[in-house]
Amino acid sequence: MKPAVLTGEHYITGDVACAEGALAAGCRFFGGYPITPATEIAEHMADRLPGVGGTYIQMEDEIAAIASVLGASWAGKKSMTATSGPGFSLMMENIGLGVCTETPCVIVNVQRGGPSTGLPTMGAQADMMQARWGSHGDYEIIALAPSSPQDMFFQTIEAFNLSETYRVPVLIMSDEIVGHMSEKVVIPKAGKIATCSRPRPRGRKDRFRLYEPGPNGVAPMPAAGEGYNVHVTGLTHDERGYPALSVENQAQMMRRLIDKIHNNLDDIIRTESYRLDDADIAFVSYGVSTRTAMAAVDMAREQGIRAGLLRLITVWPFPEQQIRALAERVRGLVTVEINLGQIHLEVQRCAGGKAPAILAGHPGGTIISPEQVLQTVKEAF
Amino acid sequence: MSEQVATESKKGGHPLDFLLRKDRIPHIWCPGCGIGTAFSSCLTAIQDSGIDLVKTVMVSGIGCSGRAAGYVNLDSFHTTHGRAIPFASGLKMANPELNVIVFSGDGDLFAIGGNHFIHAARRNMDITVVCVNNFNYGMTGGQAAATTPHLAKTTTTPMGNPELPFNLPLLAIASGATYVARWTTLHTREFTDSVEKALVSPGFSFIEVLSPCPVNFGRRNRQKPLDTLKTYQEKSIIKNGASPLELDIDLKKGIVLGTFVKADKDTCSERYDKICRPADSAS
Repeated sequence: MKPAVLTGEHYITGDVACAEGALAAGCRFFGGYPITPATEIAEHMADRLPGVGGTYIQMEDEIAAIASVLGASWAGKKSMTATSGPGFSLMMENIGLGVCTETPCVIVNVQRGGPSTGLPTMGAQADMMQARWGSHGDYEIIALAPSSPQDMFFQTIEAFNLSETYRVPVLIMSDEIVGHMSEKVVIPKAGKIATCSRPRPRGRKDRFRLYEPGPNGVAPMPAAGEGYNVHVTGLTHDERGYPALSVENQAQMMRRLIDKIHNNLDDIIRTESYRLDDADIAFVSYGVSTRTAMAAVDMAREQGIRAGLLRLITVWPFPEQQIRALAERVRGLVTVEINLGQIHLEVQRCAGGKAPAILAGHPGGTIISPEQVLQTVKEAF
Repeated sequence: MSEQVATESKKGGHPLDFLLRKDRIPHIWCPGCGIGTAFSSCLTAIQDSGIDLVKTVMVSGIGCSGRAAGYVNLDSFHTTHGRAIPFASGLKMANPELNVIVFSGDGDLFAIGGNHFIHAARRNMDITVVCVNNFNYGMTGGQAAATTPHLAKTTTTPMGNPELPFNLPLLAIASGATYVARWTTLHTREFTDSVEKALVSPGFSFIEVLSPCPVNFGRRNRQKPLDTLKTYQEKSIIKNGASPLELDIDLKKGIVLGTFVKADKDTCSERYDKICRPADSAS
């Protein structure tokens, strides 16, 4: 029997690495529905989960898949699903339920070209704003962007850890290129992988209040069947979890949902720099496009342009401070992404006119070439 | 009589008060509505069945009946519109020890949530689904549903419903449910007994309970609150084991009530364990 953590070196796709990362993180429930280019994650979980005491269920659509994931999370299991654009659209309402009821879970979006059925087998990064605001209402969410199969492994673990720590759905915004790319993936020993679980209630069950926040703003979470008699609702609720439809309760609940993310930005936001220290042109990129941007940095430097890269590992909440700091000291900011300007708008907002911010984008279906990025830079600056 | 029931009775309260979140009362249901009757029958059944209450969970969708989860003093989940069944399926598959009851309305379970219903029945998901069928969307003010009788008036069928309604037991049976029954809120003893049986029978159990909705459905269809109950009394025919084909609701020929199916099949998680889990796998 294969263990949950397959320690060793593997040559696997990003999708498979994501599934292995989930198993290593302790994921034991997957609610699936097939969709290109995310299907391989479901297939791999269907094969692996029953052997490690977990459960895979293939639901009738993506709405059911995410609903089952929320239910499983309340049964006490680390739970996930994986999809692509059309399925991501269908999941939106229940992602909102997950946010409102503070249900830990991980949703992988292996992005493909859109809108609508779009380019099922070809990559894009055009669901980034949907990741931020796709469900109705005001909320904060966490989204990560892996750029390689190795990243898919580690970021899936990270996604579970953040989701369990902050009781919020965490989105892994991958793409077809990374999902279907095969590369070396190193899986550490199980003991070397740090995993987190949701905060657990202590004290008397009859005095337990479902949404009474702990020191970091996150309330402890019991599972169904433990005797806490929880009431969980997507209606605006008070600390007991009871529906409380008033202006005051709305403000209190919203504040808590947003503050638990805002007050922990240093713990949540991760970025990486590449040749950025002396750069006067800063690329900002995430996911597969960081690979393009890194190559463009090297090419620019060979041609005497002092370029560098800020890689966003966490895309949501947006690394505003990092962009503001960059804008203070560079000649220009260039967002590299496979869409026609989504994260670019955020970069522009945070630059606040301190430095011009331009887009090196692409309508989708392929990676952006480094040459194309360099050309954009040369024309603009 | 259980200890809790005895204690509540001694305190002068209702014997089932311990199953209610009393701090959430008064409830939202209108005078004359049958949901409260269906709900209290369910609580009686939960108590009488002897199932472990700590391990018992109620899941609802959205709508008038969907508010039940907010009143029951068990682990309870008020989910999104139509999605109570897949949420409940996740709970059950992730922890098969839970007793999972879905309590929701006809609009929630059979229009927006219809696909989930047939698939959960097909899988023989081990849950009990109670559908309060009041023939319309009550919460939003009385619009046509997938159960609204042909020619009935609602706010969205002002000339009478041009469509035909679902025959819910037929749908449940065709989809693979292993326990299927129909009662009305007038038949509380039979309904309570049915829910109790459903709770202890493994597999996908479905009970439809017809309920008056005097404020929204009744007043547009010339039914005063008591008229609906009188209709249930006069027009219903108890016929256990009736052919599902004759279960369409037709006041001229009468409404057939009873238990229509009691079957024994492996549940979804039993089959998963047998087929998918290797013999030496960790639990």
